[in-house]
Amino acid sequence: MIGFRVNPARTFVALALGGPVLAGLALTLAPAFGYLPAIGGGRFNLAPWRELLAEPGFAATLRLTLVVGFAATLLSLGLAFGLLAASGARAKGRGFAFLLAPLLATPHAAMAIGLAFLIAPSGWIFRLSSPWATGFLAPPDFATVNDAAGLALILGLVLKETPFLLIVAIGALETIGADDHFRVARSLGEPRIAAWLKVVAPQLYTRMRLPIYATLAYSLSTVDMGIVLGPSHPLSLSLLSLRWFAAPDLDKIFPGAAAATLQLVVAVAAVGCWRGGEALVSTFGVSALQRGRRGGAVNALGAVLAGLGGVALALGLAALAALAVWSFAWRWTFPNAWPETWTSDNWRRGAIALTTPLGDTLLLAAASASAALVVAVAWLESDDRRGRPPPSRWIYLPLLLPQISFLFGAQSLLAWTRLDGSLTAVAWAHTLFVFPYTMLSLERSWRALDPRYARAAASLGASKGRILFRVKLPIQFRALAIALAIGVSVSFAQYLSTLFAGGGRVTTLTTEAIARASGGDRRFVAVAAFLQAAIPVLVYLWALLAPMGPRPAQR
Amino acid sequence: MNAHMLDIRDARISVGARILFANLSFCVEASAPVTVMGPSGSGKSALLAFIGGHLGPPFRAGGRVILDGADVTDLAPERRAIGMLFQDDLLFPHLSVGANVAFALDVNVRGRAARRARVEAALGDVGLAGFFDRDPGSLSGGQRARVALMRALVAAPKALLLDEPFAKLDQALRRDFRRFVFDNAAARELPVVLVTHDPADAEAAGGAVISLGEDD
Repeated sequence: MIGFRVNPARTFVALALGGPVLAGLALTLAPAFGYLPAIGGGRFNLAPWRELLAEPGFAATLRLTLVVGFAATLLSLGLAFGLLAASGARAKGRGFAFLLAPLLATPHAAMAIGLAFLIAPSGWIFRLSSPWATGFLAPPDFATVNDAAGLALILGLVLKETPFLLIVAIGALETIGADDHFRVARSLGEPRIAAWLKVVAPQLYTRMRLPIYATLAYSLSTVDMGIVLGPSHPLSLSLLSLRWFAAPDLDKIFPGAAAATLQLVVAVAAVGCWRGGEALVSTFGVSALQRGRRGGAVNALGAVLAGLGGVALALGLAALAALAVWSFAWRWTFPNAWPETWTSDNWRRGAIALTTPLGDTLLLAAASASAALVVAVAWLESDDRRGRPPPSRWIYLPLLLPQISFLFGAQSLLAWTRLDGSLTAVAWAHTLFVFPYTMLSLERSWRALDPRYARAAASLGASKGRILFRVKLPIQFRALAIALAIGVSVSFAQYLSTLFAGGGRVTTLTTEAIARASGGDRRFVAVAAFLQAAIPVLVYLWALLAPMGPRPAQR
Repeated sequence: MNAHMLDIRDARISVGARILFANLSFCVEASAPVTVMGPSGSGKSALLAFIGGHLGPPFRAGGRVILDGADVTDLAPERRAIGMLFQDDLLFPHLSVGANVAFALDVNVRGRAARRARVEAALGDVGLAGFFDRDPGSLSGGQRARVALMRALVAAPKALLLDEPFAKLDQALRRDFRRFVFDNAAARELPVVLVTHDPADAEAAGGAVISLGEDD
């Protein structure tokens, strides 16, 4: 009855999304070894690598990349687990979801700009604490943003990744049913936070590997946050690569491709090291757990992490508030805590300058988020009709690959099809990254729906189409809305893919905000970044308020 | 209304290399429900899924399902006219009680008023008159079970499969609802196949008992 049939959803994803990613990797790898006939690289050679290694400050670049990647990921994971350990059951409440919503939906670039408004020498934090606490009458003369050690960049990443890992963890918690284990551990004499960290966290961790690796890969290779918050000496590896790709001298494409390829190697090696670290932690952890100490120290560590986590969430929200305030600020001299005069002129100016980018941003988000949702539903539905084979992991590959390592190659592919620079090309590039997140968001609740609903409907005479449209989709309404909202926010956040697929000719709120972030016009940047954050946040809140999602599967 | 008849011939179900059962043939008449019993994993529910057309991977099945003389084995589940009740009521949570029943009503009953009248009447038959606009979540377990039964019957099935629909009801309710199901099936002259763990269910059904998975 069931033979081999081509699965349209899978075929589409493999051809339209998977193929180009692999081709993009290959077409970046070739120039990394000197081969790119279009600009005169006719023979494979190692010159690009020699140029990369000879770049002054290369060692510092590598060090910065690794420090930022590992520090941001470790901290975000620690803070997320600390917060969950300390908040217990409250984390599952709806209020918490609403608290996280703005932090999750805000694009990285907007968060970075908001954070810069907070922590810059002339930023809100210094204004609020000067002169009474700091004694400063003018902005202090040291770097709190773009610092050479990358601390501001690490902080920025933590502000975005902590809520991300939190929401992933909350979702995973529902599938492991660890409440009983937690109660057992408490009855054995563990304090609350230690009980959670020792018994729940390890189980939770194994369900979160993919998002954690994605966080690591992202933190190692972030471009948009790096531009706003990271140092310019040294540059991180992705930014070095981007600078070369964007250089007027086309020969720089070769070392740029080498740097992009090295970025891929670094990400893969880092995930490998992380896995090695997991094995170590698990070996030592298990033997430590058997020693039977009741966790005073673990409890204290958890409490500290939870406290810091709370600070991170508060800083994230304050960064968004800073964007809002600056977008309406007119005269605001240091060290006043609030603007002396307010204005809506910034918005009027923004409305004129940002009309086209805003329209394109909305168009791209609508196109990529809805395309990704349709494909995801087609994929999950065809899985249902095939008796639910185990989930495919390869679709999450784009989340684990540094964007820079294949976007140049993907651009070459687009140039070959003459699509580069068009909105279509950018929408497609966005969908590459939107689709995995849409699936990540939708898959769990889709598969959690009791399959007997469909059987019951079929036994009542409903066709497969009617079951999909009248039973499954309505029951999954909220899950679909959330997946769509996540798609919108991923599309809004796209920077590098817009840059490459758009060939610099397509501008969005994100590219505008980042292009102007380093300039002096805080008010205009605030308007662009605030819009960039506000729209996805509103869509996400709408999704959270959408009517009921699925009932959990009845067992 | 003619009495319906369900005929299972040479049913065989396997998972991978493991054969759950083979050469299972039986005939179900409207007056004599057949009860299928056996330990978990013996293939009871798989047998019902096979009859209803819901069986998918990893199960493999062979044999024929004959309903009123017609071979329905290769038909999609929605074209077999075989109703099914599950351990849970599985009322669609996004639809009202009435809409749940209307979901099952023949598309040829046309007109909002006519459809609503039919559903109201059906709800009245199970003692739930006036429940049309209620949310299923606001009903008691017994009321929900009755709605689920009426939803299945409104689809005008020619046979009824019961996958432990009494298991989650408490003792008193269970007896009443069991009686209610069998009476309704008998009134419509439907052949019934019941899967259960409870010997009392089999006794109440009053027909033949098939035991699976006791030969190995």
